Amino acid sequence: MLHTVNASPFERTALTCCLAHAVNGDAVVLIEDAVYAVVKGSTASAEIVAMTEGVDLYVLGPDLAARGINRAKLIAGITEIDYAGFVDLVVAHTSSQAWL
Amino acid sequence: MSDTAIAPKIIKKFLYVNRKAPYGTIYALEALEAVLIGAAFDQDVSLAFLDDGVFQLTKGQNARAIGMKTVSPAFGALGDFGVTRLYVEAESLAERGLTRDDLMIITHDFENGTTGEVPSIIVVDRARMSNVMAEHDIVLTF
Repeated sequence: MLHTVNASPFERTALTCCLAHAVNGDAVVLIEDAVYAVVKGSTASAEIVAMTEGVDLYVLGPDLAARGINRAKLIAGITEIDYAGFVDLVVAHTSSQAWL
Repeated sequence: MSDTAIAPKIIKKFLYVNRKAPYGTIYALEALEAVLIGAAFDQDVSLAFLDDGVFQLTKGQNARAIGMKTVSPAFGALGDFGVTRLYVEAESLAERGLTRDDLMIITHDFENGTTGEVPSIIVVDRARMSNVMAEHDIVLTF
């Protein structure tokens, strides 16, 4: 299962709920305002680190760039992808689910 | 629904995931519309209710005074459309101070034609809900 999350973790619970349902072998892609979650030192990033064993985490680069989030500010263990990489992930998973 | 399909009919397992309370946004109504479309095309349709979505199933809703359509009675009719599985997450209920008794009683007829009604609501824990999601071909979240 490929999960996408598009909401800021400081405004909505989509990320928390997604992480609670993602299982071993799943992938989670953070897009739009959800990219704020991967900033080092944030409460949301701590939650991600605590809850994502066995889950592959990705963040969409263009959404980071749009928001001025420097790569150096990202927590470890997260893979930045571009739109083509996003498409590859969709193809690689049999189903996907959008948490909004 | 139609016998005139050109290609062999493809039936996929659809899961409509409801995560929003019923009246603050239009999501609940929109999800119901989409559910009925899926059922009309003879797809294998199930629903899941988690997070604030569990509020959609509570008893005693009446939206007349806020000028909106009351969403909940429609769930009682889903069985007539072949939609017989409504998965509800136990943790989401508990977090909101709800129990199964706070939910509407929703049933569907036995499939083998014998008389009697079967409960449609299936309360599952969070781990089981993850499995339910994984068991479906298409997951649409509202």
